[in-house]
Amino acid sequence: MADAMTAGGPGRRLSRALHRRPRARLAALLTAPVVWLVVAYLGALAALLATALFSIDEFTSAIVHKIGFSNFREILTSSVYRAVTVRSVGIALAVTAIDIAIGLPIAFYLAKVASSRVRSFAAVAVLLPLWASYLVKAYAWRAIVTPSGGVLDRWFGGTPGFGAVSVTLTLAYLWLPYMILPIFAGLERLPDSLLEASADLGGKAGRTFASVIVPLIVPAIVAGSIFTFSLSMGDYITVRIVGGTTQMLGSVVYANFVDNLPFAAAYSVVPVVIMFVYLSLARRTGAFENL
Amino acid sequence: MHLSRPARIVLRVVAWLGLAFLYAPLVVVAALTLNTSKNFVWPPAGLTLHWWSQAAHNDGARSALWVSVKLAVCAALVALVLGTLLAFALQRFRFFGRNALSFAVVLPIALPGIVTGIAMNAGFRQIGFDLGFLTLVIAHATFSVVLVYNNVVARLRRLAPSLEEASADLGADTVQTFRHVTFPLVRSALMAGGLLAIALSFDEIVVTTFTSGATGKTLPQWIFDNLARPNQLPVVNVVATAVVIGSIVPVWLAQRLAGGDSAGRPVGR
Repeated sequence: MADAMTAGGPGRRLSRALHRRPRARLAALLTAPVVWLVVAYLGALAALLATALFSIDEFTSAIVHKIGFSNFREILTSSVYRAVTVRSVGIALAVTAIDIAIGLPIAFYLAKVASSRVRSFAAVAVLLPLWASYLVKAYAWRAIVTPSGGVLDRWFGGTPGFGAVSVTLTLAYLWLPYMILPIFAGLERLPDSLLEASADLGGKAGRTFASVIVPLIVPAIVAGSIFTFSLSMGDYITVRIVGGTTQMLGSVVYANFVDNLPFAAAYSVVPVVIMFVYLSLARRTGAFENL
Repeated sequence: MHLSRPARIVLRVVAWLGLAFLYAPLVVVAALTLNTSKNFVWPPAGLTLHWWSQAAHNDGARSALWVSVKLAVCAALVALVLGTLLAFALQRFRFFGRNALSFAVVLPIALPGIVTGIAMNAGFRQIGFDLGFLTLVIAHATFSVVLVYNNVVARLRRLAPSLEEASADLGADTVQTFRHVTFPLVRSALMAGGLLAIALSFDEIVVTTFTSGATGKTLPQWIFDNLARPNQLPVVNVVATAVVIGSIVPVWLAQRLAGGDSAGRPVGR
């Protein structure tokens, strides 16, 4: 402490000035991150939106800087793009449901049942797969579901093959830790006394789970679902590795990126809109505090 | 909670099955690194350490690993500064636009990577910024800010303001209070957030694809390029397995450090 006291001088004067002016303190805190977010991110999103309104010259493939809504019209009216949108949202929802179903018991066991030694071991075990390359894991799933000679085919005599089912399974696998971690953290914050109170009032385990635990960890589950839903919906790599001919939002955007950037930009507005709706709903549950 | 014995057993079995599900594909990858055949053939035809020695001498993999480490550390440092500033501003002050700001900080990670990637690509292009290591750092830092922010905000929410008031009462000024009281209390949250940022950046491929230049590929990009080449497949598997094994110690350490404080939570979000 003494060193800081004697170090005084300009630091001391700055402290006093900041202490007297809370607005200046706020400005000092906010300037850098706000400038960064607005310039680097919101600016980029604006650039994307602007690009979406352009079109390309059909012969030269050059971008025509004239504002129009032809890209959005095509996306909204074409049955192909509508089907891709519906499929992507469907896969993202299925992935989220699977991850809740698998993640909830794991998180519950780790947070409330396992001994503290098992808990710290298992918490590392959940985090570790996040360091394994996402691509390599997706390729491992390719090896698992390959129709002839894959792991499932050899050992279990059946495989979903390349398609939407394998995409869903692989994505559910890839994003599972993102679901377990917030639920685990949410459950750890849940005081045991609440569970004991429920038991004292005659609540059996099932009733306690449904009426006490679930309502309190909904924000954590929703927080996890933001990741599983968003990461799945925008995927274009996994679908290329295990999806066969399946097309998703991400694959359409990626496929158009080089030849028709305005259309790619316009189609990427679709997941943006879906995520804005999802996030607005998620925020009401208090999920943002659990991310 | 008082669970019946069968309920405990069922829960334990389900949890361990879930963990097995997490590890089964990694075991497949690790097994394939020892496979004598170049292709994904199951079960492995025979065992060899040939691919491990090949990977050890692979210059492409080594330089890509170095790029990824540099990138992850630079992006995490930027995110640590920005995320901490934001956390203090949003947690300690009430001001116009506060809600919008707390929404905006989540966006870069909540929107699909391909959207963030294409948006930043379009943004850099429009202002004539050449894609390279710097644009990668900007992009990775942007989606990492929220990880630091969330960890610090969670810590600040639990931190009693009376501690800082006590420090002020004892004559410490703003800077001293931060240095000797606030900072030590949020340090482990910073570590947890920074480590998550590093982990996320280290494995990011989508945003990276759209914001990187022609040279200076990251490890995920090297993996992506080489997975398509049948000859390189086993070497890629070796690199991935080595990264997992190499990250056991840091992850375990981080878990110990973050778990040791009052928060009692792991390196969670």
